[in-house]
Amino acid sequence: MTVTTQPGNPEGSTEPQEAAPGPAAIDDRLVHRSLPVRLLRRPELGAVVGAVALFVFFALIADSFLRPSSLSTVLYFSSTLGIMAVPVALLMIGGEFDLSTGVMVTSSALASSMFSYQMTANTWVGVGVSLLVTLAIGFFNGFMLTRTKLPSFIITLGTFLMLTGLNLGLTKLISGTVTTKSISDMEGFESARAVFASTLTIGGVDLQITILWWLALVALATWILLRTNVGNWIFAVGGGVDAARAVGVPVARTKIGLYLGVAFAAWISGQHLLFNYDTVQSGEGVGNELIYIAAAVIGGCLLTGGYGSAVGAAVGALIFGMANKGIIYAQWDPDWFKFFLGAMLLLATLLNAWIRKRAEATR
Amino acid sequence: MTETDNQPTQDPSPDAATPLVELAEVGKFYGNIRALAGVSLRVQAGEITCVLGDNGAGKSTLIKIISGLHQHDGGTFRIQGEETRLTSPREALERGIATVYQDLAVVPLMPVWRNFFLGSEPTVGRGPLRRLDVQYMRRTTHSELLRMGIDLRDVDQPIGTLSGGERQSVAIARAVHFGAKVLVLDEPTAALGVKQSGVVLKYVAAARDAGLGVVLITHNPHHAYLVGDRFVLLKRGAMAGAYEKEELELEELVRQMAGGSELEELTHELRSAG
Repeated sequence: MTVTTQPGNPEGSTEPQEAAPGPAAIDDRLVHRSLPVRLLRRPELGAVVGAVALFVFFALIADSFLRPSSLSTVLYFSSTLGIMAVPVALLMIGGEFDLSTGVMVTSSALASSMFSYQMTANTWVGVGVSLLVTLAIGFFNGFMLTRTKLPSFIITLGTFLMLTGLNLGLTKLISGTVTTKSISDMEGFESARAVFASTLTIGGVDLQITILWWLALVALATWILLRTNVGNWIFAVGGGVDAARAVGVPVARTKIGLYLGVAFAAWISGQHLLFNYDTVQSGEGVGNELIYIAAAVIGGCLLTGGYGSAVGAAVGALIFGMANKGIIYAQWDPDWFKFFLGAMLLLATLLNAWIRKRAEATR
Repeated sequence: MTETDNQPTQDPSPDAATPLVELAEVGKFYGNIRALAGVSLRVQAGEITCVLGDNGAGKSTLIKIISGLHQHDGGTFRIQGEETRLTSPREALERGIATVYQDLAVVPLMPVWRNFFLGSEPTVGRGPLRRLDVQYMRRTTHSELLRMGIDLRDVDQPIGTLSGGERQSVAIARAVHFGAKVLVLDEPTAALGVKQSGVVLKYVAAARDAGLGVVLITHNPHHAYLVGDRFVLLKRGAMAGAYEKEELELEELVRQMAGGSELEELTHELRSAG
């Protein structure tokens, strides 16, 4: 019998691919899972298949869909959803919901805009204050959750309603109307716009900078999830909180951290909302939280936690983007969009459940 | 089973005769209620001490004292000859006492290797590049399980796809890997079928052969007799008997645990099992 020979020899990073050709027969069997099985195990497989299918579909029926400018529009729309869907997916893997994300984005934009305007400060000061405010909202969600042990659905529903009211009420109180004053002539506006809402031209194609933010967040979230101990804890608190606690995982800190991550993304999103225009509608954002959750679910996240991926959520957002814009390029009535999304969500969830069953049966 | 001759077993304590854990006349009150009184027990390296008793006999109180969740009120508690009063489960872990609870063992959807290191993940690199040492984790999980006689084809499979017995065994292997000298097992076979119980008992024996002292809490005398070296019987919080294996027949153990019609039933069960 071959016994593995290297207890405690973490030479580690020399070979990124674990398929080391045959030091021992047993290791061979250990690492060489057949490709289909390894693919089936990926949570995002269903979403990727769906995205490819949707892409081919619209490419066939809508001539203008494949134009670079159209694809850029699709990517832009997807990125605005994806920036939020990715941390929301992490939160769901950690076993919790956040219903306040949609209006939190608006709150973040409002805080930035109104602080700069009222204090006649550099817009960057407003951006900084907004970061603190948004993180405080995220911390409130996480802290209330871990302290009261109430379901996150209830707590964040409360936050959602309170923020909806605050957004409208405070804006009216401070600005006199439901829209904030323009800050486009204020100091720092141009540089802040460059960071949060500029357009880059790469190879003749205009790409919104949110696409970069989106990709960066996906990369960061995937790194955290799969390659750090915090990622291990996120899976554990979502998949078996008692077992996690029993082996010493800091459950409360992990969950609060996840809510802070969501808040951070809401801040990026909110700043984009503000600097893409120069005013903010205080009633915006309601309903978006469900779209983020839907994107995460289409991307393979389990509603019950403990399973999912950041890449999947990004692909889920891409599916939303393609469907939303594809319908327009196909010159259909955009009213069908919501119906389409609902059907997509159901299909994706069924497909994911089926794939997971297959993957777990293949041993 | 796998004889792991290239893996040196953990050093037994310098003086092999000193018990790893020794309780003498230990008692525990919850307010006015006496949960435990005058319980004595010894755990030697490479031996299995079974604690038997019906529900409410004080087994869980006893575990909680050994694993550091509760403190004893009377008697003495020695770890390797040194009198101790444990204040927390973490302290117990640091002193080499690991407790495996029946239901709290693993996170079902996570791969076996992630479960194995959960809460004590090894990392490489520093700063923002600090990351899990995935290769080492995979390899070690596989080799440590192999040492326990579990030959997994794929450490990437979700641990929930393993059988109940194997899951329990992974938790045992994990405790062994992280340097436990004493393993406390809380009803490891209670929720398992006959075959699965056999699997777990096999790994309990493997842990013993690796030089650990094992405390096996159970209400099943058949399971206890199969692997036990020493038996402590609890009844309503007090000792109802303490035996070495040589001075005890299985029938006697079963009789001690049950009476009347229950006894007949168990005798029948015993015959069919044999």
